[in-house]
This record gives sequence, C-alpha cells and structure tokens, in this order.
Amino acid sequence: MCLGVPGRVISIESNPLGMTMGRVSFGGIVKEVCLAYTPEVKVGDYVIVHVGFAISQVDEAEAQEVFRLLEEMDELGELQIPQPE
Amino acid sequence: MHLPDFTLACPIPISEYPAITLAHGGGGRLTHMLIERMLRPAFANPALDALHDGAILTLFDGAGPAAGAPGLRLAFTTDSYVISPRFFPGGDIGSLAVHGTINDLAMCGAQPLALSAALILEEGLPMEELWQVVRSMQAAAAAAGVPIVTGDTKVVDRGKGDGLFINTSGIGLIPADVEIAPQRARPGDAVLVSGAIAVHGIAIMSVREGLEFETTLASDTAPLHGLVGEILAAGGRDVHVLRDPTRGGVASALNEIAAAARVGIRLDERAIPVDDEVRGACEILGLDPLYVANEGKCLAVVAPEAAEAVLAAMRRHPLGRQAALIGEVVDAHPGKVFLRSRIGGLRVVDMISGEQLPRIC
Amino acid sequence: MKYVDEYRNEADVQKFAAAIRRLVTRPWTLMEICGGQTHTIIKSGIDHLLPSEVTLVHGPGCPVCVTPLELIDKAVAIARRPEVIFTSFGDMLRVPGSEADLLSVKAAGGDVRMVYSPLDAVKLAQKHPDREVVFFAVGFETTAPANAMAVWQASQLGLRNFSILCSHVLVPPAMEAILGSPNNQVQGFLAAGHVCTVMGYWEYEPIAERYRLPIVVTGFEPLDLLQGIYMALKALEEGRWGVENQYTRAVTREGNRPAQALVRQVFEVTDRPWRGIGVIPMSGYRLRPEYAAYDAERRFGVGRITAQESPLCIAGQIMQGWKKPTDCSAFGTLCTPEHPLGAPMVSSEGACAAYYHYARAAVVA
Repeated sequence: MCLGVPGRVISIESNPLGMTMGRVSFGGIVKEVCLAYTPEVKVGDYVIVHVGFAISQVDEAEAQEVFRLLEEMDELGELQIPQPE
Repeated sequence: MHLPDFTLACPIPISEYPAITLAHGGGGRLTHMLIERMLRPAFANPALDALHDGAILTLFDGAGPAAGAPGLRLAFTTDSYVISPRFFPGGDIGSLAVHGTINDLAMCGAQPLALSAALILEEGLPMEELWQVVRSMQAAAAAAGVPIVTGDTKVVDRGKGDGLFINTSGIGLIPADVEIAPQRARPGDAVLVSGAIAVHGIAIMSVREGLEFETTLASDTAPLHGLVGEILAAGGRDVHVLRDPTRGGVASALNEIAAAARVGIRLDERAIPVDDEVRGACEILGLDPLYVANEGKCLAVVAPEAAEAVLAAMRRHPLGRQAALIGEVVDAHPGKVFLRSRIGGLRVVDMISGEQLPRIC
Repeated sequence: MKYVDEYRNEADVQKFAAAIRRLVTRPWTLMEICGGQTHTIIKSGIDHLLPSEVTLVHGPGCPVCVTPLELIDKAVAIARRPEVIFTSFGDMLRVPGSEADLLSVKAAGGDVRMVYSPLDAVKLAQKHPDREVVFFAVGFETTAPANAMAVWQASQLGLRNFSILCSHVLVPPAMEAILGSPNNQVQGFLAAGHVCTVMGYWEYEPIAERYRLPIVVTGFEPLDLLQGIYMALKALEEGRWGVENQYTRAVTREGNRPAQALVRQVFEVTDRPWRGIGVIPMSGYRLRPEYAAYDAERRFGVGRITAQESPLCIAGQIMQGWKKPTDCSAFGTLCTPEHPLGAPMVSSEGACAAYYHYARAAVVA
C-alpha cells in the first residue's frame, strides 16, 4: 500500500508555519520532505519517506540484523539446500 | 484496385471507446490497438506493413527493377511533438523534434538527408518563446548536419492547441549493405542498449508541476545517426534490428520487436544500465525505468558473432560509452519479453496500457 | 542506494529461499496485506523462488483497489466542475468509476493534476486563490499523517479553497474481517511494514492471540520479504503464534507518536465501505467535525451519489483470499487491464492484473 523509500537528510529548516522541512537525497535526486514527524533526525541520517513525509528514521544497527541472522543460520547449517532423496 | 478487408464500420469497438482517450497516445496497448485495428488496415501497403520507425521505399532508374539493378532505398518518416513542458533540462520541443525524426531515420539504418518542419501555433503564443524554439531547431539541425528544407505554419484559435505543436518529417538514404527490420530478430541474437536508460522521461518529470525534484539530470535527447553509422560499420548485415526506445521505454520497444519477429526476448536486470539519480527518482515515484522514455538511446539486436564488435563500436562513440549487452533473443515464449530479476526471479515484462503513472502504493 | 541495494542481493535472497525449502513440511497459505509488497513479489519474481507448498495470497492493502466505486464517482463529479483543480496521486487516476475515470475527465477538459504529496495540493491552493483545490485523500495508516498535515496546514494558513475527498482505511479491522470469515484460508500474515512505522504493531497482538496465528511485520525489499516469509513459516511449522517484527530498522512496537497524535487530532474512526468487500465497521477515518470545512463531500454536495458494482466482479473474494482471479467468469474476457470491471485489474499491484500478465505468459517454465 505504501511506497516508502529510504533517503539521506541533507538539510533541515523550518517553514513559515514552524513546520520542520528538510531536503532528502535519494541516489542523488533531492526532494523537499516534511520532517515534522521525525523531530530527532539530524543531517546525514536516513529516513523512510512516504508521499513527501519522513515517517520513520532508519536504525543503522537494526539494519544489519538480517545479515547477522544469515551468518548465524549459515553456521547452524540451515542454509544448505536439501538434497532430493 | 483490390481493397482487402476494408469496411466502412469503425474497427475500434465504439461501445468500449466512444472517444479517444489519452491512453490511445501513451505508446502502450491502446496505441497499439489504434494502429493495428484502424490505421494499418485502412492504409495497408507493403512499405507501411513493414512496421518500422519509417517506411522504406525502393527507387529504380529508367530501366526499372527488371534491369536487375539493386535500386536506391529511401527511408521516409514523420513524427509530431506535443510535449509539456516545452522547455526541460537538456532540451526543448524544438531540439526534440529534430532529433526524434533523425533518429527514426537512423533506426531504419538510413543516413538522414533532409527534414521538413510544420509548426501549429496557438494564438497568443509569445513570439520570444517561438523564437527560442526555432533557434533550438536550427542549432540541432546544424549540429546534426541535416538541413530543414521545407516547412509549413498554421495558427489555431486560442484554446484549440497547447501553445505549440511541431511535426517533422525526414528522408534518408539506406546504404546498400544494410538491412534493418524488426522481423529480422532471430533466436540467439544479442540485445544491446547504447547507454543508461530512462533519463529523458525522468528529466521531464523533474520539472512537472506537482512532481518536481532537484536533480542534475538532463534529457538524453541527441541525434543517433552518427552512433548508428558506427554500429553498421562494425556489424553490417549482422545488425538485424535498431530501435530507439522513446515513449513506452525499452519494455515497449522490445515487446514490439518480439511480436514482429515472433520470438521471445530474455533480459538480465543486472545488466541494464540505470544511473543512480534515475533509480532514485523511479524509487520515490514508484516507476519502472523499463517503461520510461528515452530520446538519445538505441537498442540493437545483433547476430551473436557480431555482438562484441558492435558493443565495442558503440562504446567508442560519445553517445554509446555506457553501452551494454542486456539480453538475448530466444525460441521460447514467442512474442513475449521476460526478465531475470536482480535476485534471480523471473517476471514478464509486458506492454502497459497508457502512460506509467506515479504510484503511492 | 543505501538501505536499498543491500536488500536486493541475490546471494542473500537465495539463502533464505534455501532455508525456506528446508523448513517447509506441508502446505501453508500466507497473506501479504500490502500492495507494495505484492509489487515487490511480482517485480522481483519472488513467487518463483518459493516451494510449491507455500501459497501467497495478495491481500486488500492497495488503497487504489479498495476505494469504493461511489467515491470514484464522487471524485469524477467534483473534478468535472469548472472551478475545481482536482489533485490526486497518480495511480488513482485510472481507476474506473461507474462511467468514467479521472483521466477521462482530464481528457474531456477537466483540470485534473497529479501530485506527489498532499502538501503539493496545499501549495496549489495557495497559488490559485480563485480556484477550488480538492485532494483525493486515499490511503492506509501510512498516508494518514500526510493527509492530516495537509488539512492542518490549510487550517493554519486559513485557506478557504482547499478540501479533501477522504477515503481512509485501516488495516486491523480488515484483517479481522478476513480471519472472521468462515471461508478464511489465511494461516499467517505479513503485516505491512510502513503502516507499522506509523501505528506500531501492538494493535496486532490481540488479533494474533485470538486467532492463534503468526503475524510478521515485514519490509518491502526482496530480502525483507523472504525473511518475513521465513519467519512466518518457521512459526507455523513450530506451532507458534504471535507478532514478530522483521522490519526492525524502521518499525517499533509503539510506532510514530507525533504522527499518531496529529492523525487523532484531524481524523476520527468511522465505518468504511471497501470496494468489493462491503462495509467493515470502524475500518476507516473521516474528518473530525472541527475540520468539516475541509470535507469536499460536504462542500460540493456529492454525499448522495451512490453506485452499483459490477455483479460479475468477485474482487472482494479475491482480495480476501477465498478465490483466485482465474476463478472469475469475467477474468481475461470481459475484464482486462484496458477494460477493468474491478480495481484489482486496474492497479499494477492488483491481484487480477498480476495474474493477467502471468497467465498471458504461462508458456514459460
């Protein structure tokens, strides 16, 4: 339902209504994005953007979790392709 | 004269489509239906039936074909330009109108000789804007070395045209040892693209009201006859098909080739060059770059033994530096294009109905 | 692109595919709720990587697909008015109403414009004070904060020429409707990651308890989906139920509090009709009475428009996983992407459109 794309915050400013806006880069193209819902973000952080709004900040450590899990599974032998009998 | 199957009843089911919709011009399935069901049967003749970017006409001297002379092959093509916005990063409607018709000739394997230009102007169009477009057409034609040799001007009432429409037609000469036709695609052939795809469509979108974004991207609009000259010099008759994937993108162009030649095409997603900024824009707008328009890229379907030489020739040309081998023609699934995805899955790359729209979902 | 490319790595995706093949001992049916996830599955060919025991049912999580016919008719009626600039996300423009879609209104001279964000519609209202700017506010919980902000901003700016046509829907009531049906086939859910970035996932815990099934909050990249499917299947094979979170890099249990607060300030929960499914109690948002001035239905008096869906269309049963598109008598004949009877044939994520493209390509091994 909801396209959400991670992008890097490259600047933060306030609009005339006091709403926090920012410029977010997606592979080099830059969109103006509302940051009002992610008040903690800093320049350089990654946010998930949906229809021009940052709805979440990407957690760097959690982002690596899946790769750690794959390593673990590999050690446990859960990744070997079952041989047909 | 015999009129095959031509009837007075409208061949497009009026109950389904009582009027033309925008999708009839989108380059997808409805455009295809309009051409296949109404226009092609109505105008049927051998040159039109070849279903090329342009018609190929063979001229003979006084002795006629009976004398056994190969004849002189002319390519003849026309295209109309109705884009909005008229000015965009990297070009404007004027340069596009010149390049587009030169490219249609080049995709027949022809060296362009001359262009015509017809301008349809809406009452009220600022003279300065017209002058800008005309200068741009002049510059594009001069840079390409193809003169605009005839033209026409009409003015329509305010509200009856979107400021400025341009039609250009062109003729070109096809060298004797060149034979380009979509029907010539054969299983085993390599599918090459001359550079990173989807740049033009994304550059246009970056300045559309409501969708704007900041980018250094500029349209790839360029005349391709020089690049095609290099491709043909390297591949000769082993170059089977050339196509510039404009409206409807690479996906639509390859579907047309697969249908015309009754072959399948298999693409490798990882091999298809897409610039980072284009990818970023496609991600946020939910677009598939395979369906986004190009104006300075060409697809070449080439016999496998010539693929390497043609790819090298493309990469030597300034407009082909990022050229890549992106797939092959196969026996399986005739008429259809499949893609092996980045993660090793398989999906069909179908024609789309109408223009691709940004999605939220 | 960071946080995109690494989740599209073939070797890692194939590792999960192999783990799933090892894990599965019998047939299981999972539903991915979200149309965005369906899109990734189709686009990346993930369905080809799964063993035949695993069936993925494409759920009702596409706002385009579930927006009721009568609301499209209302949109069309409003968009035809000469004083109106009608704005919408791109994918709503082609959804057929009873007799027209928004693109055909545009072709007939209506001022219909695509926008990327609801804030772009607010900007248009500022730029054109002499025109009525209407935004078609569709979406799930993910989009609600954006639409709420547009309304709030318009109220702060004192804009009198801005309104929204609201068709907001909510995921948990739809899940309950699916699970509560005697025809239910679904044994586990992939919950929509982006909905959960906003709402968190605590709402799903009682559902997982009541129906004793696994619900895995899942992201949108191929690796996310494979991991989410793996986690759901592992729970099923081990006889476990409950809510798990695969999409930890973006989702917390509580969700995004500031976003929830503004949504609650602008919207209130109401019954909503879902296209093809019918009215689901307490399954949507409407504007609170304080913001009634921004309600396009009231402003343009279209509240009484009603519509009858095609009796042939079984979209509702398909979106709930009871039937497959190929079970429909109109599929591929009366109903095609050029001439859709129901929304799942319109949207590229729609289950019927996806099947249509594959059925046409069934020759491929």
